[in-house]
Amino acid sequence: MNELRKSFLVSLWFMFLTFPIMVIRVNTVEKIVVWRWENMAMIGIGSFVLSFVWRWAIRRKEASDAVAASGQKKTGRMAELAENPSLTNSLKALFLVGFLVTPWLVTTYQTNILISFLLYVVLGLGLNVIVGVAGLLFLGHAAFYAIGAYSYALLNQYFGLGFWFALPLGGVFAALAGIALAFPVLRLRGDYLAIVTLGFGEIVRLLLENLSDITGGPSGISNIPRPGFFDIKLSVADANIYIYYIVLALAIITIIAVSRLKDSRIGRALQALREDEVACEAMGIDRVGVKVMAFGLGTAWAGFAGVIFAAKTTFINPASFTFFESAIILSIVVLGGMGSNLGVILGSAFLVLLPEYLRAFSEYRMIMFATAMVLMMVFRPQGLIPAKGRTYTVDDPDLVTADGGANK
Amino acid sequence: MKPVLDVTAVSMNFGGLRALNEVQLEVRSGEIVALIGPNGAGKTTFFNCITSIYTPTEGEVWFTPRGGARTKVNGIKPNLVTALGMARTFQNIRLFKNMSVLENVMIARHCRTKSGILGALLRSPAVRREEKEIVDRSYELLKYMGLNKFYKELACNLPYGAQRRLEIARALATEPTLLLLDEPAAGMNPQETESLKHMVFKIRDEMDMAILLIEHDMSMVMSISERIYVMEYGCLIASGTPTEISSDPRVIKAYLGEEAHA
Amino acid sequence: MDWQYFMELFLGGLTRGSIYALIAIGYTMVYGIIELINFAHGEVYMLGAFVGLIIAGVLGIMGFPAPAILVLAAIVAIIYCASYGYTMEKVAYKPLRGAGRLSPLISAIGMSLFLQNYIILAQTSDFLPFPRLIPDFAFIEPIAHVFGSSDFVIVATSAFFMAGLTLFIKYTKMGKAMRATAQNRKMAMLLGVDSDRVISITFIIGSSLAALGGVLIASHVGMVNFAIGFLAGIKAFTAAVLGGIGSIPGAMLGGLFLGLSESFATGYISSDYEDVFAFTLLVVFLIFRPSGIMGKAKVEKV
Repeated sequence: MNELRKSFLVSLWFMFLTFPIMVIRVNTVEKIVVWRWENMAMIGIGSFVLSFVWRWAIRRKEASDAVAASGQKKTGRMAELAENPSLTNSLKALFLVGFLVTPWLVTTYQTNILISFLLYVVLGLGLNVIVGVAGLLFLGHAAFYAIGAYSYALLNQYFGLGFWFALPLGGVFAALAGIALAFPVLRLRGDYLAIVTLGFGEIVRLLLENLSDITGGPSGISNIPRPGFFDIKLSVADANIYIYYIVLALAIITIIAVSRLKDSRIGRALQALREDEVACEAMGIDRVGVKVMAFGLGTAWAGFAGVIFAAKTTFINPASFTFFESAIILSIVVLGGMGSNLGVILGSAFLVLLPEYLRAFSEYRMIMFATAMVLMMVFRPQGLIPAKGRTYTVDDPDLVTADGGANK
Repeated sequence: MKPVLDVTAVSMNFGGLRALNEVQLEVRSGEIVALIGPNGAGKTTFFNCITSIYTPTEGEVWFTPRGGARTKVNGIKPNLVTALGMARTFQNIRLFKNMSVLENVMIARHCRTKSGILGALLRSPAVRREEKEIVDRSYELLKYMGLNKFYKELACNLPYGAQRRLEIARALATEPTLLLLDEPAAGMNPQETESLKHMVFKIRDEMDMAILLIEHDMSMVMSISERIYVMEYGCLIASGTPTEISSDPRVIKAYLGEEAHA
Repeated sequence: MDWQYFMELFLGGLTRGSIYALIAIGYTMVYGIIELINFAHGEVYMLGAFVGLIIAGVLGIMGFPAPAILVLAAIVAIIYCASYGYTMEKVAYKPLRGAGRLSPLISAIGMSLFLQNYIILAQTSDFLPFPRLIPDFAFIEPIAHVFGSSDFVIVATSAFFMAGLTLFIKYTKMGKAMRATAQNRKMAMLLGVDSDRVISITFIIGSSLAALGGVLIASHVGMVNFAIGFLAGIKAFTAAVLGGIGSIPGAMLGGLFLGLSESFATGYISSDYEDVFAFTLLVVFLIFRPSGIMGKAKVEKV
């Protein structure tokens, strides 16, 4: 009974709260007011139901927090499956084959969607190095995406450089910009760092907008050539498939590279930096060097992705690289699971593929992600697929591990 | 015996507050030295000064690594101090909480290994060999500290005493000449303290290490250290052998006073 | 030196600065108490402008006189934004207390995107005209070309509310509880301060002031759009940082400082780089002087 009353009050509160925005639509020019009472009914019923779910979820979370605090471990089904090497290897192969044949089976439009999915995978994995592995909250990723894209566009426009020359250069420029940003922000942590990187991202965008003589200002740069294929002129559809394979290759390279990095000496240093900066230095790790590396290693991928993006769309302008874009890339990382590469791939799939294939929901896409971001932080801050530390095997026949099992 | 650590009149000011006042201290190779004093005497500040986490306002810190030249370490970066051969533990345990016990020790191998970004990407045989060495050496140290059965666990899930031992294992992995222990026995029960004591002796003897420790457990300090320095209000008030210290009237007044009467 | 031009820039900066100050107070109060950059605060300001626009529209069609519309629209906007602020804290931040600093910030970014899209879906993504509600005062006529009635109303209202807030913080019991909580939340709780309530009130006050700023600026500029909150929010946050985040008088001074320097920079240098200027100021201050113009540096304890 009490529960019902609570939900009823919540529902009343939300009906009040959303009343002017949801119900009234006013046109001051033609002096018409539209009353949309059906929205209020919807909000009322919706919040009534959701408040039950909310309270249930909060209780569940508190219970599981208590379990976690008592030191018990819980491995999810997903995590167990992900540990089975033969299964994951065959899955990987399956996916690879799937991705290789897809462009021949689907329309150009769908290939385009897959390209943008793979671009977000690359962007997300890059950001994941900075945010997930090194624990530095970074809100300016779109700036480095822009640097990559503009590197190609400008190098092509002024020096006639082709795609294959611009691709590595775009990555290098973005990495250099990342490194240049890293030095002044070395002392900053957490939220201040987030805001500075946001500010940096906006400055880059505003400069692109205002330096009209060089960058074409708000209207951007058009007629950027698609990548050449041994001097053969490709049709638009074929060029698209060609770009698809390029970005697929880039995505695979990125996946391999960032997972190798994460499990290396450098990757461990990055993780140590995330855990405790002071202890990290006391263990002989050069904090400055590692932070600079994190920035460079993360932003380089955005540069590569930017070059491909420019080549794919053949037209770029600053509006593609707003804070909004950075927020989307961040939410991919957050939803997927900070520090988890598989999570980032899944996160990009959710963000790019779902709304495209569920057309009916496409206008609700951003609000769904925004909601998901909040809910994720409240109920599952570790993301869809939480990052798992690497397990190492040791040669020790005498060992009996703490959980009772013998050493494998 | 030549000194490993030679601190000349180090002072540290925080704004108007003088946390350390001309502290003079020496640790010779193979020696176990204790630094004691009431809470707030500036012991941890002193550790932070010699490991370069703080830069002392005045004075100099000289360090002579095993087989190396005498080097001035105040003012250089903390990671370089560690690379030279000084490793420490923290009073308020600072493990890498969300990483495994083994990884915690592996991280400390950082300054003794080399592979870089390119190595990580290409995974050449040399890199893989180094990686295996890191794992083996780290596991060996865990075994040495009696922590090997926990190696897969997250550091934050270890029992308290084990966390303290893990901090020591981590410090040992940097191959120090001088090991600095900040209240290693804090929060331990008598048995754990006893085994820690043997551990410290064992480390000193087997790994040829000088040890400087801050500790409040007087029975441990008295039985473990060859020499003791006593601090109060940022100043050094006495130094000497345990016998000398326990009979020094100033020390009794400042520090052991209440205990002696109790 | 052209005094007329200087005065024009100065007064323009004053108007801008008052609005920045009104919004900055919300950032600084929340940061002072729970160390969270409430990223969605700019959206509350935008929401205030929208609620104001809707109410003003309805009342206008019903034939109310302009000054009454302005007052009523502002009051309703304040009530609604206070409610939004309160609800936002309960839904998106309260469950995250004690979860580190990154999770609440990400949640706040989510909240900000949510509110923007909420407006897009429920209202529009276009610019909407906001009616002119501030009458021309006779006494301001002589200087109306540099400092119009709406400038006067903005500066006077902001000054009034900021003075009120200062008195509230200084003399009321709630104000004292807030200051205590900002100093040390645990200790304040042990001494019987209901910290949940303090946090709620903080959000309510901050949101109310942002709503007021929203209505005032919307009627001054005459345009409303779902995206106005982002830039205004960042600039107000800059103002809060300039004044030393956590300090209420600092936020007021910081707002004025930012407004004036922006106005002079655009007037004497170039108007193209107005926003670049604010962002640069933000970045430079966060990096080199994160404690603000007058603040003291903190030492991290090891």
